[in-house]
Amino acid sequence: MANPTGKAAAVEVRNLVKEYDGGRVRAVDGVSLRSEEGEYLVLLGPSGCGKTTLLRTIAGLEQPTGGEVLIGGNVVNGLPPRARKIAMVFQSYALYPHKTVEANIVFPLKAEGMKRARRAERARWAAELLGIGGLLDRKPRQLSGGERQRVALARALVRQPLVFLLDEPLSNLDAKLRATARDELKRFQQEVGTTTVYVTHDQTEAMGLGDRIAVLDKGRLRQVGRPMDVYDDPADTFVATFIGSPPMNLVPRDGRLVGFRPEHLLPAEVVPAADRVGVRLAVDRLEYLSGDRHVYGTASGIGEPTRVIARLPATVLTPIEAGRTYGFAVRGEKLRFFDAASGERAEPERIESPS
Amino acid sequence: MSAASGSHRAGRRTLADRDGFLAWVFLLPSVVYIVALVAVPFGLAIALAFSDVTVGDPSYDWVGWQNFERNLGDPVFWRALGNTFLFTGVSMLLIVVFGKVLANILVADFRGKWLVRFLVLLPWTTPVALSTIAWLWLLDSIYSPIDWTLRRLGLIDANLNWLGEPTLEMVSVIAVHVWRLTPLAAVIVMAGLVAIPRDLDEAARVDGAGFWRRMFEITVPLTLPVIAVAALFGAILTFTDMTVVYVLTRGGATHSSEVLASWAYVRGIGGGDVGQGASIALFLFPILLAAAIAILRSVRRMEVL
Repeated sequence: MANPTGKAAAVEVRNLVKEYDGGRVRAVDGVSLRSEEGEYLVLLGPSGCGKTTLLRTIAGLEQPTGGEVLIGGNVVNGLPPRARKIAMVFQSYALYPHKTVEANIVFPLKAEGMKRARRAERARWAAELLGIGGLLDRKPRQLSGGERQRVALARALVRQPLVFLLDEPLSNLDAKLRATARDELKRFQQEVGTTTVYVTHDQTEAMGLGDRIAVLDKGRLRQVGRPMDVYDDPADTFVATFIGSPPMNLVPRDGRLVGFRPEHLLPAEVVPAADRVGVRLAVDRLEYLSGDRHVYGTASGIGEPTRVIARLPATVLTPIEAGRTYGFAVRGEKLRFFDAASGERAEPERIESPS
Repeated sequence: MSAASGSHRAGRRTLADRDGFLAWVFLLPSVVYIVALVAVPFGLAIALAFSDVTVGDPSYDWVGWQNFERNLGDPVFWRALGNTFLFTGVSMLLIVVFGKVLANILVADFRGKWLVRFLVLLPWTTPVALSTIAWLWLLDSIYSPIDWTLRRLGLIDANLNWLGEPTLEMVSVIAVHVWRLTPLAAVIVMAGLVAIPRDLDEAARVDGAGFWRRMFEITVPLTLPVIAVAALFGAILTFTDMTVVYVLTRGGATHSSEVLASWAYVRGIGGGDVGQGASIALFLFPILLAAAIAILRSVRRMEVL
């Protein structure tokens, strides 16, 4: 396979298939994906989309039914996890409950056969890097959720693996801690620079952490791209509606779907006249969420009348009331077109504003 | 008015709402059972141990520590005591090791595992007396199929006297105990193995640990509490058992495989000296109590990990 950078990708999967129950369930259905060196690659998808199975197959905890897994440029199919130079952080952190924090962190080094003195030194280095130097003598049960996560990261880091595999590491933290932990994770990865594959179902985490995001659904790869690409140029209606909160509006029109993000549907007077596609919005409900106004209503004039959501930033002061119809508009360049039958992206077309 | 009083009656506490009363009702059968079949015989054993009651003369006369003093001067008693410890110690060790191995087989996923599980549990479900009689035949001095097999394999020239030669006698007794109790230990350890989160084993695999390192650094420490329980059950059931010894060797011609339980039976029931038999049996109690306390305490210490 041609390698555009000339360097071996840290992780690559080729036509990966993983079946369960003798082929009745296809958890991963022909996925090809490669991560660049030092990249933060996020696997994003709803539960049951195969993202965790994909990660576990990379780790060697599952054997693929078909296709290849490459780590550092070498095919590792059939190799046990310990031979793959990877480190994994589990959703539950999977700290060894009977071992102290230090014993947890040195465990991979012990398995490697490293000398005791060097082990202790490396453990201290990893612990300091994650700010848990003072907890080395504690047992996991004496730690908070955030501290446990750092111990799990230190245990992953200490071996200096080729790849970090992270399986929803933030999902066990409460919402408040999650935001700071996300920030720490990102800074930590930038500091050590190790290629990371990160699994999550949370689009906020994916958008915030990923250099690139791979969106999966039903075992298939839907789109891979930078957060901005995935958000602004979704490859199909699944990605368009899975990413973004509220999701992209999709309006049927002549066998196609016209998509536009809620924040692009604005009162007509704040949209530049040159590139304005008019929408008549019959408003039935308003929500006021963190400074933005979410306007629920039925859009007509752009396609078949469809329920849509508009998100008006605080800077838009146009008075809106439920029960009335307003002239809204979208900038033509913000419209995205999809094939109604397949959901795939289609060629853009020009929509004339109704007068 | 009548409607109001009606609803008032419906809202009254019935017998079924009184938790304290119900607790007693439900506990009563087991309390009666334990008192009648455990506490009373235990009290009786203590009382008899300080008496000169015999089968021929059931009148109760207090004789103080006389029975115990006679035990301490009796070489057969010491032999039985030593054998009891030896059988228990060796059996317990083997039961735990084999139980752990079998438990690993029981939790593994493979075709036909129901058959293996069934076969593994069979020794435990067979009544002790019946299975021991089967072993009596297997270990027969002339017709033993074990000897036949060993002879055919060229490992021995003449039949072994499994149940007549002192050392082989003890080997046979221990082997049957281990055979009988390993399934129980396996099931207990299996419960412990199943309770370990799968993540831990997977994390250890990703961390580079091989089979033995995962076994001795992760699995065994985490199952230690249940292994202790399995060991406790194995020990108590070996320590107090007389069936195996009694059926296989009757204690041996020279009391070479005598244990406390069989010796107490021989003296108390066989010989008719009830007081003496009770005093021998009582030696089981403090030792079992100490063992139970020690193991349960270690279990609790490990549980607060």
